[in-house]
Amino acid sequence: MAAAETHHPAGLAEPGRLLLIAVALTFLGLFLVLPLLAVFVQALAKGISAYWAAVSNPIAWAAVKLTLAVAAIAVPFNLVFGVAAAWAIAKFEFRGKSTLITLIDLPFAVSPVIAGLIFILLFGAHGWFGGFLRLHHIRVVFAVPGIVLATIFVTFPFIARELIPVMQAQGKDDEETALSLGATGWQTFWRVTLPNIRWGLMYGVLLCNARAMGEFGAVSVVSGHIRGMTNTMPLQVEILYNEYNYAAAFAVASLLALLALLTLAGKSFMEWRQPELRHATRQTRDRTRRENT
Amino acid sequence: MATLVAAELRSLMPTPKRTARRHLPGFGLTLGYTMVYLSLLVLIPLSAVFIRSFGLGWGHFWDVVTAPRVMASLRLSFGASLLAALINVVFGLIVAWVLVRYAFPFKRLIDAMVDLPFALPTAVAGIALTALYAPNGWLGIWLKSWGIQVAFTPLGIVVALTFIGLPFVVRTLQPVLEDLDKEVEQAAATLGASAAQAFARVILPALWPALLTGFALSFARAVGEYGSVIFIAGNMPMKSEIAPLLIVTKLEQYDFAGATAIAVIMLVFSFAIMLGINALQHWALSRHGGR
Repeated sequence: MAAAETHHPAGLAEPGRLLLIAVALTFLGLFLVLPLLAVFVQALAKGISAYWAAVSNPIAWAAVKLTLAVAAIAVPFNLVFGVAAAWAIAKFEFRGKSTLITLIDLPFAVSPVIAGLIFILLFGAHGWFGGFLRLHHIRVVFAVPGIVLATIFVTFPFIARELIPVMQAQGKDDEETALSLGATGWQTFWRVTLPNIRWGLMYGVLLCNARAMGEFGAVSVVSGHIRGMTNTMPLQVEILYNEYNYAAAFAVASLLALLALLTLAGKSFMEWRQPELRHATRQTRDRTRRENT
Repeated sequence: MATLVAAELRSLMPTPKRTARRHLPGFGLTLGYTMVYLSLLVLIPLSAVFIRSFGLGWGHFWDVVTAPRVMASLRLSFGASLLAALINVVFGLIVAWVLVRYAFPFKRLIDAMVDLPFALPTAVAGIALTALYAPNGWLGIWLKSWGIQVAFTPLGIVVALTFIGLPFVVRTLQPVLEDLDKEVEQAAATLGASAAQAFARVILPALWPALLTGFALSFARAVGEYGSVIFIAGNMPMKSEIAPLLIVTKLEQYDFAGATAIAVIMLVFSFAIMLGINALQHWALSRHGGR
């Protein structure tokens, strides 16, 4: 890296280099730094006490609790799935592997609004299972289960796509050694595999959690916007904003922005400890393709 | 000679590796769980949209999709996304280039910040951009003196979609730029190529697949984007109403057929882009010669 910075191939002269750096930094400043700054400035526009009042408001707290609860359900679900999928894909050869990886990525290609719509079509009053659910007095849509389902859908690929390349890189020699020494399958998984993949696991959980807590479109479609009941933090931001209660909207938004900054800090820390995490997802496809050809 | 001996030794020895490999457990369990979970949460729910839309009949489907308001929203969604993705390709390339090749203060911090659009909830991005570009906002006030209004116009949609798509281009280009062989550029320079010539003839051809992939990823994400757009868009039917918002509007009016029909159009398009991206990466890989 240091060598890359000291000599300049193709000999772009100093002014050219400075111009490019200036353009890049201006663009990032306008599109990334200013919006982030605006969140905090607007949140504190009416003073610290107004900020505190907005953040400690019971309805805001209900939204915080719901957001945490939804993430606490959705992330473990996708974690178990991610580990299972990565084990099957990384440790074994089978036909249709790259199709399976594409299918796992599918939710990333779906608009969040459509992710909400599909659960309305399934569980809404006019949906496939609507009659059955009404008969048994179960609410899915416009209730917490719908929010959880929509969140699981939009965060579906995160952990799997981080774990697959990590497990592929580990190979299966360690596991085979443990098994030949008499360990059971589960012992091998807990004592050998899990320690090997712990960084990839935490990385995936971090990214999955950030999206789970911040999801707006999908959750908005299935939530029904019942205050204090089915409002997550992003939905609470929208409601306050549409009521022209800007300072309060930005106060709740600032909590989400802090979460985003913590996520970025955690992500950078993990990439610093484990540099191969950085481009992990790109390697999945490459490696799978290479094995297939 | 050595290979002959090795072959002979191998034939004499038992093959413990192979028996162990057969015993690595959990294939049936993990693949089975993966398939069931994937089907229940993704494949079956997604198929509901398609099956519901078949129920509409072709004539009804066509009527819904070609309604002027629907056409206008699709045109806007695709047009604004295209523009935003193009902006991201140009500036994303500059950002990636600068981050990979040059040294400057706070580079690591700035590099980490590029992922902000991935980490910041879209609703937060939406209200923040609106606050900036509203006629009385920090940037809006300045733009107003030039006679440009961004917030509550289609231009605002492009701004939000540019924000959302930026990391896709930068993060797709960075590893490719890092791998790029600088000796080839140096050779070009030694042979008398100017910086522009070296860029156009040596660097750009190597970047094409990554540029196209970043463009497609950014475009695909922008077409479906909802949270960051609805605050800044103004949401006027026929003017600044994006397709995902129209789905929500139709759902709120209990027009499930209409919502489903628009969703099908968008899904078909998204899947086409996804397959295109897969093909692109395949192409990139084969060009790299299996590296």
